[in-house]
Amino acid sequence: MAVLSMVEAIRSTLEAELRTDDRVIVLGEDVGKSGGVFRATDGLQATFGAERVVDTPVSEAAIVGAAMGLAAAGMRPVAELQFLGFAYQAYHQIAGQLGRMRSRSNGRFGAEVTVRAPYGGGVRAPELHCDAFESALAHCPGLKVVAPATAADAKGLLTTAMRDDDPVVYLEPLRGYRLVRDEVPEGDHLVPFGQARTARPGEHVTVLAWSGLVQVVEEAADLAAADGISVEVLDLRTLVPLDIDGIAESVSRTGRAVVVQEAPLTAGFASEVVATIQEEVFLSLEAPVLRVSGFDTPIPMPQLEDEYIPDVRRILAAIRRTVEY
Amino acid sequence: MSTGQHRAPAGKNASPELRRVLDPAGSLVAEPPDVAEGDLVGMLRLMMLGRRIDQKAISLQRRGKLGTYAPLSGQEAASVGSVYAIDKGVDWVFPQYREQLAMLHMGLPLSTDLLQRMGHPAGSEIPVGVNLYPQQVALAAHLPHAVGMAWGLRLRRLAAVVVAYFGDGASSEGDFHESCNLAGVLKAPVVFVCQNNGWAISTPWRIQSAAESIAVRGAGYGMPGVRVDGNDVLAMYAATGEARLRALDGGGPTLLEAVTTRFGAHTTADDPSRYVVAEEVAAQRGLDPIERFRTYLRSIDRWDDEADALAVKWCDEEIERAVEEFDTTRPPDPAAFFDNVFVGEPKRLERQRAEFRAERAGR
Repeated sequence: MAVLSMVEAIRSTLEAELRTDDRVIVLGEDVGKSGGVFRATDGLQATFGAERVVDTPVSEAAIVGAAMGLAAAGMRPVAELQFLGFAYQAYHQIAGQLGRMRSRSNGRFGAEVTVRAPYGGGVRAPELHCDAFESALAHCPGLKVVAPATAADAKGLLTTAMRDDDPVVYLEPLRGYRLVRDEVPEGDHLVPFGQARTARPGEHVTVLAWSGLVQVVEEAADLAAADGISVEVLDLRTLVPLDIDGIAESVSRTGRAVVVQEAPLTAGFASEVVATIQEEVFLSLEAPVLRVSGFDTPIPMPQLEDEYIPDVRRILAAIRRTVEY
Repeated sequence: MSTGQHRAPAGKNASPELRRVLDPAGSLVAEPPDVAEGDLVGMLRLMMLGRRIDQKAISLQRRGKLGTYAPLSGQEAASVGSVYAIDKGVDWVFPQYREQLAMLHMGLPLSTDLLQRMGHPAGSEIPVGVNLYPQQVALAAHLPHAVGMAWGLRLRRLAAVVVAYFGDGASSEGDFHESCNLAGVLKAPVVFVCQNNGWAISTPWRIQSAAESIAVRGAGYGMPGVRVDGNDVLAMYAATGEARLRALDGGGPTLLEAVTTRFGAHTTADDPSRYVVAEEVAAQRGLDPIERFRTYLRSIDRWDDEADALAVKWCDEEIERAVEEFDTTRPPDPAAFFDNVFVGEPKRLERQRAEFRAERAGR
């Protein structure tokens, strides 16, 4: 096993799939010659040619829409949207078309498309780049929404996504691209959708998170341990499908839960997780399920983003409140 | 290295001339395209079928048997001339929703089209082997898909083109612009056929766009813009055929504007008397694409009263058979909407389906 960063794991997975499946085509803005603004496609065009790793016009709706057409023609496209904040310009294609094609055509046409996008903030990117609107994606019937937190899962979930017959939106944590490094299995490595990962086992409270906040939650768990609080950290990994059984099992054991997300509070995906917990394990709960979240404001300009995104201090405070309830 | 953005101006920003083979009276004004004899007759019969489908569908809608229906009368030639110019064995059609005749020609059963318009899930069934994409109700949203399909066909080394239909209203959507732009860059083998009937529900072309025409926009995407009399089935056939050959030769996409007329309402939910004056409607009737083509075929001895009577009989039988199938189609399984959402269905959705079925069984 090699230790890789998330972006290296993503790049090598794209390379492996391009090599093994000639239907795979990578398209997006600056993915070719430049290798992507985060280098997630570095060197791929040189290896596989400009027909399979394609620089497109700056045209998010056409990128996603053309990917659907490519899939209808029998290809396996992977479309890169440069930042999730730009995906609003493709949202009518994602929400209105991508997830519905199989249903609209009674199964005649699928949309075997993977849409990759850097997700969330924390890297001082300019405004309108760093949104976290995974709940608006999870709300689209027919779409799967994947949000890895480790390099190993970046590989395993991207491989699964690219071989999946359903359209998948694959969110890559901007803050973890280079910072998160871990051992990535060599060769074929698939992580099934719908299975949360126990990032660390614990007894007193379950903290649920996904993508770039999982490591922040782990830091908070370390600090809580110093106070004698044993925190179980559950990395959801995929929002659709959601590991309902895994969530229920963990929370029924600990009796307490905190859900952490980067997105604005209202109608965020954390609310979905809270609703699921109370439906599934109400009688096991010892305390109200808390959310630690961004605020109901636009994500602020870079100088203030650390104030907005949940940090160790806020997560720890919620853990204490839940345990002391 | 030059970015290519400082190109020499292409000259006056004027629309291309309206291309015609037949004048509105049905007389030849240009060399006719080479059309197989059976296809000449087939095109007229399909156009006649379209007019009669409209009458039947509107009557079914009035009796509450059909949902909202978008009539095609007046636009028969635009669909039929273009779709007859392609090879339905290899080429693809990506329709908006007023191209029933192109869809039927590609192989969609008429009963399926009626079921679609009554909101039955079976109406979404495009038979395997029919190179037809689902009709698109969100304007222009299928155009990027059409470009992707054309791109994919080329990647698979198939000599085939995609014909994508839309209307003048759709040409104001961002998806139209993005699709033309991408197709131009990729030189994708796609023919964009805009049925410009002058109306987007109640909005006339002059307030839809300040451009002189749709065809003139082709230059902005690096592709030829062709302006065709869309009520002249032979001109549509010729222009589409040329665009197809150019696409197959690697010459890239074409923006083909079919200038046509919507005889009736936008849909059965629309009342055009609120925005169209009666004289305009009467003037449009004078542009009837069916009369024009029939007059021409008579003049070259390819049509007579007997052919006409046979065609009417064929139309009636086709419609009768389709309506019978439509009438005898069983109501859908109430849980049918759970089907085909996912291949790998999330457990949560499986549960919802089971709960839905149980709740329904207990009613």
